[in-house]
Amino acid sequence: MERKELKVSAIKNGTVIDHLPSDSVFQVIRILNLNNSENPLYSGINLESKKFGNKGIIKVENRYFKPEEVNKIALLAPKATMIEIKDFDVVRKTSLEIPDVITKVVKCINPKCITNNQNVPTKFEVMNKDKEEELKLHCHFCEKTTARENIMFK
Amino acid sequence: MNNKSLISINDYSKEEIIQLLDRAEDFEKNPSQPLLKDHVIASLFFEPSTRTRLSFESAISRLSGKIVGFTDASSSSVKKGESLKDTILTVSNYSDLIVMRHPLDGSARWASEVANVPIINAGDGANQHPTQCLLDLFSIRKTQGTLDNLDLAFVGDLKYGRTVHSLVIAMTMFNTTFHLVSPTELKLPSAVKRYIKEKNLKYYQYTDLEEVIPNVDACYMTRIQRERFADPMEFERVKNSYVLTREMVDTSKDNFKVLHPLPRVNEISEDVDSSPKAYYFQQALNGVYIREALLTTILGV
Repeated sequence: MERKELKVSAIKNGTVIDHLPSDSVFQVIRILNLNNSENPLYSGINLESKKFGNKGIIKVENRYFKPEEVNKIALLAPKATMIEIKDFDVVRKTSLEIPDVITKVVKCINPKCITNNQNVPTKFEVMNKDKEEELKLHCHFCEKTTARENIMFK
Repeated sequence: MNNKSLISINDYSKEEIIQLLDRAEDFEKNPSQPLLKDHVIASLFFEPSTRTRLSFESAISRLSGKIVGFTDASSSSVKKGESLKDTILTVSNYSDLIVMRHPLDGSARWASEVANVPIINAGDGANQHPTQCLLDLFSIRKTQGTLDNLDLAFVGDLKYGRTVHSLVIAMTMFNTTFHLVSPTELKLPSAVKRYIKEKNLKYYQYTDLEEVIPNVDACYMTRIQRERFADPMEFERVKNSYVLTREMVDTSKDNFKVLHPLPRVNEISEDVDSSPKAYYFQQALNGVYIREALLTTILGV
């Protein structure tokens, strides 16, 4: 049997986050706070993907995520999948889901919002979740909405 | 009311609003009642707002409550760099309820989440000013005898006027038909129109004021501010086209009333003041009754 060469080495136990847009990989690492963790992490950018042409991937050893933890990156990487590995085998594959409420990771577009002026964690209600193009974030504090194309990550 | 704070008019149901208006009517008949004689109310004005502050202070005084606080941030610890959270936590210790005005959008919601006493939002930046909205509703009901099925005109700066946005959204609960009169640069934002559409109500947009007046039950005037225009020539062009004159008022229906959140500059001619259809000064007085109703309802006295 022909053996597929792995560009990013396999992990024995841990989590693979696959099908990330290449330009989101560093942000994803930061949002999931993996840059401050002790777990070994391997990542790849601009890898070939049959489905998307170009993709990024992250593999973290000995680390598993709750869905709500990893859903924080769903706005950045809506097509991403989370794959749990145990003893080199895939034990579970889940697609990410955009949550109803997004806290902390996104900035409010309104410069006069309290969250952009004082140390207040942001909080948004996600509107039009089903229609990807019309997705908007409604700020819990200043009540302004941020359209999808204007979303900025902290 | 689950959360006792009042931050946004959208926090209240139609029933809760009507209960408040009914209570305000009682205070109109009997304004001085010592219901807050054992209460201390903090009044924190991080930016000055004379009318709103005096109206709250008058309401608290008529209820025999005590007031602590500051009237502008330069005379407070804010100047030393204290965060809003710290100010609110500290003042919560000294009072039973906090009335606050703050220049940043969303500040009042944040305060209500850190405070252990109720907050009344007296204006958070360009976002919400729910007590103004309540007094507007009270004034409309009082002059028309009902809030239901009215034709209301909103005139002037419909884009940035937060009192307009809140009042339009609140009136969508009462089957209103909206007549929106503004320069094209200052039309009502689509986010607010969405509320009207969701309730399947009608709205009409105009750039000419005169044609609207004979067909509406009341007219809510607002000030057009120079700083809203990138081109000063444009401001000069429109500023005199949205002035309500005595001649226009005389073409209106018998039940017609002129409302304005004040301060007025020139958008209502002074000769309208003597018309029985001018209601803006009584409207400001209604602010005291609605604030008495709100304070006593929130404090459960």
